[in-house]
Amino acid sequence: MKNDTFWRYTTLMPAVLLFVALTVVPMVNLFVLSFHHVEWIERIAIWKSVGWSNYTAAFEDNLFRAGAFNTVVFAVVAVTVQMVLGFILALLTIGVTRGRTFYRTVFLLPILVPGIIIGAIWKLMYSYDFGVINKTAIFLGMSPQDWLGNPNLALASVIVVDIWHWTPFCFLLLLAALESLPQDIYEAARIDGSSPWQALRFITLPLMLPAIIVTFVFRMILALKVFDEVYLLTGGGPGTSTEVVSFTIYRRFFTEDRPGYGAAISIITFAAVAILIFVAGRISRRRKAS
Amino acid sequence: MHSDSLISTITRHTVLALSALIVIFPFLWIVAAGFKTQIDLLLGKFLFVPTWRNFESVLFNSGSDFLRNFANSVIVASTSMVLVLVVATLAAYSLYRLRWPSWVLHSLLAWSLVFHMVPPITLAGAWFTMFRSIGMDNTLSGIILAHTTLNLPMALWMMGVFIRDVPTELVDAASMDGARTPQVLRHVVLPIVRPGLAATGILSFIFSWNEFPVVLTLAQRQTATVPIGIGKYAQDNTVAFTEMAAASTLSMLPAFLLLLIAQRFIVRGLTSGAVK
Repeated sequence: MKNDTFWRYTTLMPAVLLFVALTVVPMVNLFVLSFHHVEWIERIAIWKSVGWSNYTAAFEDNLFRAGAFNTVVFAVVAVTVQMVLGFILALLTIGVTRGRTFYRTVFLLPILVPGIIIGAIWKLMYSYDFGVINKTAIFLGMSPQDWLGNPNLALASVIVVDIWHWTPFCFLLLLAALESLPQDIYEAARIDGSSPWQALRFITLPLMLPAIIVTFVFRMILALKVFDEVYLLTGGGPGTSTEVVSFTIYRRFFTEDRPGYGAAISIITFAAVAILIFVAGRISRRRKAS
Repeated sequence: MHSDSLISTITRHTVLALSALIVIFPFLWIVAAGFKTQIDLLLGKFLFVPTWRNFESVLFNSGSDFLRNFANSVIVASTSMVLVLVVATLAAYSLYRLRWPSWVLHSLLAWSLVFHMVPPITLAGAWFTMFRSIGMDNTLSGIILAHTTLNLPMALWMMGVFIRDVPTELVDAASMDGARTPQVLRHVVLPIVRPGLAATGILSFIFSWNEFPVVLTLAQRQTATVPIGIGKYAQDNTVAFTEMAAASTLSMLPAFLLLLIAQRFIVRGLTSGAVK
């Protein structure tokens, strides 16, 4: 029995240590740091307490505001389109078995390739002078566009890349869920004279709801963290038109070397995410209860 | 649901083939660009004489860091993969099979969920200051630790799913025969969760290989990984587009190889969280 307790602690300890040392302690550090202003004098950090001023500054920071706004627009638009497209594709292609391995390889590829490379590929394809997109536009008799340099187009262009990047993922997950649905219900519905549309509305959608929610939440989490593609495609510009939260933090913390202020916007972002989880959890629990 | 008329079969195949084309086209385009001369790329030539020049200069030019970046990526991704597998498997076994009070299980899972949702860049700043104060800034070990932590939540859930599939009777029978925890883990649990280890390991490797913002903040030239190298190309004002394309092509190789040899594990890994 004593032996049991020993192994119970020993097996869990590495994970707990890692979490404490690399997530809890840094979070506490970050929190303390966010009330300070840091100056470097001969490689020695001088911390000066500044109260809440980093926080009040954050709410007046236009870059941070633009970043928060763009991140939400980016995540909501991109993920919604991916889910709808992925679901339609799954409905249209369920039951195809020929070439399955080949298609799967193709659709998994964008998920597994580094995001930074997705950015590199599309940066070249979007290029004003020689990109394949403008070449095609000219070929079709349309005028070429500065896809990433035009402030009115840049965010949309970045969203298009994300849709291309992640629709295959939504498609594969939703297809797997769709294929695991019991087929005899559809048989019964058909015998009872229900139309395919009714079957979709009253059988498929309700049964798919858990898979849809899981996929949606998973994608939202990743979309709110977006960094790599934006870094390579636009660097947040032109102006603030593609600025995202992760990028603002990176810029304030490292490029401008303002750790105290960077810590404050990190904490605000962290709090926003925690509130989001809490609210989402509440809503899904209420749904389950009713 | 499966109506098998000829028209619907044709529609299905067409839709699938078209979407696959849209997905694969940019990859083919970038690989092609890697084999073009700068002039062929700028002219947008469709037919061109392929050249190895870009690959040669990416790999062997004295000014190119690509090989070093590649080596760093291999070290970081494989070491952090091994670490995360060990830590996550032990922890998952402990949490689901060694009768912890439920608040321990729930608070650990809740914390890993919160940590997983927060943009890694929020902690990168704290890691940077922390590693600097203990002299671990700009070392591969620092990056490896960071990646292990980043992948731990995912590995914990995935291994949790697989370990809950291990029949309790087997474990109980082994303990009854006098086997202690290490023996049970080694002779009963590990053989059963081997596919889970493969799936979790492959995904951890790939995510570490791809990770960009944390390495960007922690690494300098000697410790930079492949994504940082690619990012460098884009920042230079005189962008060497064809070399960037060649470097991108080379950096996609691990993902592509793993897809070819271990696809079923990858699919299993990606769906294990969602379907169960």
